[in-house]
Amino acid sequence: MSNSEVPSGRGRGKEPVAVVGVGQTKHVAARRDVSLAGLVREAARRALEDAELTWGDVDAVVIGKAPDFFEGVMMPELYLADALGAVGKPMLRVHTAGSVGGSTALVAANLVAARVHRTVLTLAFEKQSESNAMWGLSLPVPFQQPLLAGAGGFFAPHVRAYMHRTSAPGHIGALVAYKDRRNALKNPYAHLHEEDITLEKVRSSPMLWDPVRYSETCPSSDGACAMVLTDRAGAARTPRPPAWMHGGAMRSEPTLFAGKDAVSPRAGSDCAADVYRQAGITEPRREIDAVEMYVPFSWYEPMWLENLGFAKEGQGWTMTESGATELDGDLPVNPSGGVLSTNPIGASGMLRFAEAALQVRGLAGAHQVEGARRALGHAYGGGSQFFSMWLVAADPPTS
Amino acid sequence: MDDVLTAPMVVEFPFTRSLGPVLSAFLTGLRERTVLGVTAADGRVVVPPTEYDPVTAEEIRDLVEVGQRGTVTTWAWNGAPRRGQPLAHPFAWVLVRLDGADTALLHALDAPEGPDSVTTGMRVRVRWAQERTGAITDIACFEPAPHDTPLRGRPTSHPGTFAEPVTSLVAAARLDYTYSPGRAQTRYLNALAEHRTKGERCPECRKVYVPPRGACPTCGVATGEQVEVGPAGTVTTFCVVNIKAKGLDIEVPYVYGHIALDGAGLALHGRVAGIPYDQVRMGLRVEPVWTEGGRHPDHYRPTGEPDAAYETYKELL
Repeated sequence: MSNSEVPSGRGRGKEPVAVVGVGQTKHVAARRDVSLAGLVREAARRALEDAELTWGDVDAVVIGKAPDFFEGVMMPELYLADALGAVGKPMLRVHTAGSVGGSTALVAANLVAARVHRTVLTLAFEKQSESNAMWGLSLPVPFQQPLLAGAGGFFAPHVRAYMHRTSAPGHIGALVAYKDRRNALKNPYAHLHEEDITLEKVRSSPMLWDPVRYSETCPSSDGACAMVLTDRAGAARTPRPPAWMHGGAMRSEPTLFAGKDAVSPRAGSDCAADVYRQAGITEPRREIDAVEMYVPFSWYEPMWLENLGFAKEGQGWTMTESGATELDGDLPVNPSGGVLSTNPIGASGMLRFAEAALQVRGLAGAHQVEGARRALGHAYGGGSQFFSMWLVAADPPTS
Repeated sequence: MDDVLTAPMVVEFPFTRSLGPVLSAFLTGLRERTVLGVTAADGRVVVPPTEYDPVTAEEIRDLVEVGQRGTVTTWAWNGAPRRGQPLAHPFAWVLVRLDGADTALLHALDAPEGPDSVTTGMRVRVRWAQERTGAITDIACFEPAPHDTPLRGRPTSHPGTFAEPVTSLVAAARLDYTYSPGRAQTRYLNALAEHRTKGERCPECRKVYVPPRGACPTCGVATGEQVEVGPAGTVTTFCVVNIKAKGLDIEVPYVYGHIALDGAGLALHGRVAGIPYDQVRMGLRVEPVWTEGGRHPDHYRPTGEPDAAYETYKELL
């Protein structure tokens, strides 16, 4: 009965996608009291409670995590189906390294936008205490020279390149770490709660991979994050304000290739440009009220500020230095405390997306950005190989 | 075709499993020679127990003790057991529905009389391991229980509480591969054995890949033309490593650098030495230092040439 002139479904164009439930665990170094199933269950249940929905209201489940070597359970989604109420429903697993939490949410969102499913539960997790991520990322491949530098050694040369390129002064990284750790104190779910943090403590912490100090690196966390995404009809029934998706995109490029700009990867700037185009944003600095970006090492804040179009090339660090990215600045970055305060790797990207949603829903609690109407969630991973981002807003999209 | 290098690759790690309440009770039970299941919402008894109902998704916590004898529901003969499997001699993999359970448990059946002695529907019983730690291997295997008849009736409720419960276990995982780096890397490694570095040029963008991958990731075409690069190069960026990485016998601090060999289209990674670490800088000109038997240069040392101008290497960071 379909007619080629008339799109199927309930109307023309994409179905608007709303975030109506957000849940996360209290992130800690080791959740020894729960299994993997117990961990993901906790986040999923909280997301359903936020949405005031039950397992039966969910049409499909989309789950993501970083490499299986991080816990040593191959294809954990098979065993987690019971815990996520996925039995008898479509269930997908997504994997795009550290960006996976973001790309998982986008796969789920696309299922709603395409009217394949009306309500989708999406979840990402990592239980880093079950293994050692550094081991998982540096398997002893025969004939290859081993990575000589440890976890931060991969990133630190890119930071030095950024500093050289922009003439950024050496203290910028410490400002970011000090800000994010203070923001984390306002987020009850954050892993690191350093009540006695001072700028001096950050500046005097050990220099691990010069120019990266200990306090400028992310922790290793156990945690999960979940969201309930639904269509316009679902959003109309929801008890709390939804966050509306106005744009979402993914881009990838090789980790290493001739001509790669590791300081400002093209995949990142292209991804952001696509999201802004979808959302009708022409001046991101002015039109976006809060950003949750994936900053595993403090210097990545000024680097991403430029890559995402919030600052001109070479000016990201001046924006950080000016205080603009503080919780009370004109573009708060990582009000939740960010990856620098919480890093269950597979979940870290979804936490950025979910925290962006909480901001525009007005439900971020003590780390709420006053009057936030539009927020960007950003994730990246795999040595700047994968990028995923979405823009969410308090108002539904007009088209 | 060139002879392609291969080598064994072993990936192994002692993963930690935190068990949560239900699996903790199940595995501690095995240590105490007790097999526990869980009652699902529809009344079925699930063994091994799950934390969440397979139908309703609700949390389920009603533990019951089931029998230690059961019925084989299906099986497969394993004529050549591998490292780490429950028995060293040929045995049957079996699914056993223990008396009182509604689902079957996967385990090994010791069947010394061979595959002809194994049948679906045969009765078997648990053979407990002498030393039990709270793991599925506390059941050493199953063994035939001829002339046995199934126990009737419902299993009895069990609180699931034991003294000194097992709350986590270490699961040692091991994967054995035969790894081959492929033809392009084999050519590269063979040249390295003569202390020469050979990349491959992309016929379209003309960039030289070191190490070569056999194809240009940007243009998506095969790279065939071999190009010798270096031996000298430029430190394009670097960090100073102040903490010892696991398994690396290098005194800290040391410099980990990106080094663009002359003629290469991208930098490779290596250690910079032969100069105090705090004097290493972007643009420093270096050359490889080989040690006896080393497959890769041990490190790179200054050539003494003037530093390269940033403009010459800014695309090679």
